[in-house]
Amino acid sequence: MTATVAPETAANAPMPARPALAQDWRRLVRMGAVGAVAQIFIALSNMPVRLDERLVVKPILSLGYLCLLIVPFAAGHRVGHQIEREGVPQHTAGAHEVAGGAACGAIAGGGLSLLAVLLANFDLREPLVNWSPMLAELLAFGHTTGFAVVVWLLIGTAVGAAGGGLRLLGPRSQRAAVTMVLTVAGAAVLEPLVVDLAEGMGLEALSDRLYHRRGGVNWTSALVLAAVSGILAVLGRGRMRQAREHIAALEGAKRTRTNLGLIAATAALLVILPLFAGKLTNELAANVGLFVLLALGLNIVVGLAGILDLGYVAFFAVGSYTAAVLTAATSPRIHPELPWLVALIIVVVVTGLVGLFIGAPVIRMRGDYLAIVTLGFGEIIRLIFLSDWLSGWFGGAQGITKIPGAGIFGLTSVAGTDPRRVFYLVLAFCAIAIYVSWRLERSRLGRAWMAVREDETVAEAMGINTVNVKLLAFVVGAVLGSFSGAIFSAKVGSVFPNSFLILVSIVILVVVIFGGMGSIVGVIAGSAVLIGVLGGPKQPGLLAEFSEFKLLIYGALLIWMMLARPEGLIPSVRRSRELHQQEMAQDAWLKGQVEDDNGSDNGNGNNNDGRQAAAAT
Amino acid sequence: MIRKGGGPRTGVDWFLTILRVAVLTVIAVGLLAFIAQEIDTDNPFARWANPDATGLTGAQFRGLVVSGVAQGCMYGLIALGYSMVYGVLGFINFAHGEVFMVGAMTGMITSNKLADAGLWESNFIGSLVFIVIVSMVVCTLTAVIMERVAYRPLRGSPRLIPLITSIGVSFFIQNASIVLLGPAAKSYPDVPDWVKDKHTFMQIEGARILVVAVAAVSMLVLWYLVEHTKGGKAMRAVAEDAEIAALMGIDVNRTIVKVFAVGGAMAGLAGILWGILFRSVIHTTGFLPGIKAFSAAVVGGIGHLGGAMAGGVSIGVAESVGPLLILEPLGVSGVSQLRDAVAFAVLIGVLLLRPSGIFGERLPAEDRT
Repeated sequence: MTATVAPETAANAPMPARPALAQDWRRLVRMGAVGAVAQIFIALSNMPVRLDERLVVKPILSLGYLCLLIVPFAAGHRVGHQIEREGVPQHTAGAHEVAGGAACGAIAGGGLSLLAVLLANFDLREPLVNWSPMLAELLAFGHTTGFAVVVWLLIGTAVGAAGGGLRLLGPRSQRAAVTMVLTVAGAAVLEPLVVDLAEGMGLEALSDRLYHRRGGVNWTSALVLAAVSGILAVLGRGRMRQAREHIAALEGAKRTRTNLGLIAATAALLVILPLFAGKLTNELAANVGLFVLLALGLNIVVGLAGILDLGYVAFFAVGSYTAAVLTAATSPRIHPELPWLVALIIVVVVTGLVGLFIGAPVIRMRGDYLAIVTLGFGEIIRLIFLSDWLSGWFGGAQGITKIPGAGIFGLTSVAGTDPRRVFYLVLAFCAIAIYVSWRLERSRLGRAWMAVREDETVAEAMGINTVNVKLLAFVVGAVLGSFSGAIFSAKVGSVFPNSFLILVSIVILVVVIFGGMGSIVGVIAGSAVLIGVLGGPKQPGLLAEFSEFKLLIYGALLIWMMLARPEGLIPSVRRSRELHQQEMAQDAWLKGQVEDDNGSDNGNGNNNDGRQAAAAT
Repeated sequence: MIRKGGGPRTGVDWFLTILRVAVLTVIAVGLLAFIAQEIDTDNPFARWANPDATGLTGAQFRGLVVSGVAQGCMYGLIALGYSMVYGVLGFINFAHGEVFMVGAMTGMITSNKLADAGLWESNFIGSLVFIVIVSMVVCTLTAVIMERVAYRPLRGSPRLIPLITSIGVSFFIQNASIVLLGPAAKSYPDVPDWVKDKHTFMQIEGARILVVAVAAVSMLVLWYLVEHTKGGKAMRAVAEDAEIAALMGIDVNRTIVKVFAVGGAMAGLAGILWGILFRSVIHTTGFLPGIKAFSAAVVGGIGHLGGAMAGGVSIGVAESVGPLLILEPLGVSGVSQLRDAVAFAVLIGVLLLRPSGIFGERLPAEDRT
């Protein structure tokens, strides 16, 4: 844990606010320097220039500037962060938060000032491709370099102060503020989706009012949105939790009925909405669905059984290629041109066998060796599809093209030209996958997987055949992945070895980890957020401008998730308990200790527990 | 692989046995067919699977081995980083290949700047030393920052957590290189003739001799550092048992930083050698050599310095000779495309047949199985 060691004092009561200048200066400067480096990196990665086109709030703010502003804000906010500790008093927030944030933000903003000066005086175009006059102009808002220097220092100070100032608000108003900002940002991000849906439902008037014609939320609508969401956040926060607790407190049969009702409502919404949506939305939803399917499969392997499979793309590839070979007339060697559903059965069998074949040799290995070896298998499978050796079967680098759409009982044919049908097909398979995962998680096998994940030796001692159980996880994961592959080949109409790079595996892994390993809802949410907003390895998302940077963001996100929240966005309770076992044990021990020392008059006795419980739910 | 507790043989065990036999049979048949070809290209065994087989001439064979050795030395230098980090912290630093890529990129930038200034042609050796130093410094910094930001906070968490983090780091560095330096392949400036041309001595290119020589020297220096200095002793102690080492007054965090620094410096050196040998670098340069170097570390026995180097050379030779030696006689066409597949197959094969490597692994006490 990166803990800032708060000064040790004898008193256990909350300390009064510090004076504005009593800062932990070393930490402040370090934080500011990290912010400055981050600013320079973002500026040189061309993100601001590229994203300047996309407006968030009509004339005021573009996504490009937002990328830069978020850094001093985060640094300013972070610099006042204290780890809550048992027995160590907390400072109450005060003017020093704002002052510290401002100083930190100023240093971070100073990074851009420095960059502006460097841009004006040196030419480093040779290694750094984005060292351009465009960037200089953007940083200077079209004015002189001196203006840029001053303005970025001021902006950094102001934004950093705002970040630090956020700590002054009470938890309730803080939440409201965050909700307001997120709502406006969300409205801006979802713009293409909302416009598309509004057109489908004949509500153009609404979307025209909300968004400016060239993109971006109108500033008036932004204010209205912020106000409404702020009020709702203040009013609704407690209600949501109450409702959740209410459902959780219901007895068995009633709770099942309520949950089923919720699921049915969601399903109905998912079935009806596409009818009103245009091509873009459906295409997006179909892509998200494909990744939900892949992520659910990987979730069984990684999330439930705890096997880190980095070559998951191999099963996606095998599924795609098998379906392509069996259905396409243009397949080089054999072309039985089977109906898609018949082919699907063979695909499942073949992928299951491949899963067995890959799984059997690796299943005994140590977890980390297994990861690298599966990565190797993933790459070998792609190289084999790519090689001249088997090009007579799989077409080599040319791949297999003109794959017919997926015919369902001769009723309809689902091809990529009609994304709505693809979406429904994907939805059906997602429903199957969700049901299978849900049932498996609660079955004897699922419990065995989780036991193996938690401690293999103990699981073995309890009479679980760990090898067979892990192998089964591998095969089930492979089969779910192959569904996605079969749909993918019918949707795209062609398969090439280069669609199955290792980076696809990594992206699916990021989706699973971001959403929450072992949590079905988490995995679905993870795919929706990441694939829907940023886009898949080759598929564009809502923020199409981000396509150059999305892999960078995936990488950063993976690191950040592992450091800050390894249990994911919507964690499974059991998994997060496992991850925080040590901390919880420590807290329990500490609590016992503190009570022994001070008796019952301990003011912050429950602070840590509250935090842990919040993390666990 | 030894079955835990000697339980009953299961289906998986039978499968593994069959797989091992099959792998060894394919290798044996391929080798025999190759030998048959070399003796007489027209004998029926040589013609059996691949009627067009011609075998290799002595010069071709030597060329393949030499290029394999040179490349293997680079893998070995990278493998040192994997091996040392695994020995001390017990996790695979997946991003180590990216440190190598950063080294090659740094070398590319510096050497091009030197070439612009005219120093590259006039004083090649001096410039080479300079870019090696710059690249080693940059790579050391990269590795140390990586440790500080991404791995230190995770000390003590389950083994897979830092591995996943390191995948993220690797992804991040690769894509950072794309957005900062552009996605195109970039080339090193032209090297003098004595590096490019084949020498009278055994008809080997100067660059390859250079690579092997540099690798040997740095290996010796590293061996001295680890075996005969106080810092090296601390490293070995931490690798043996971090907790006890801490009790003996060793600053564990600082030692771990040193391990990352040394690994980073070696990767930086390997990056420059790569640049001199292939004179082209791209953001994915680190990925395959990284995986192969990890294989090398496993082959040599993880935590074993000499083993890493030996493993590197074996992987290098195997991937350069293997396809022609074993796959070509079996009638597989387009074998050179399968180079990388062969390297992975070697990794899988070693883990299947002898997971503790040739020289046995040296792991922290709790990781030994």
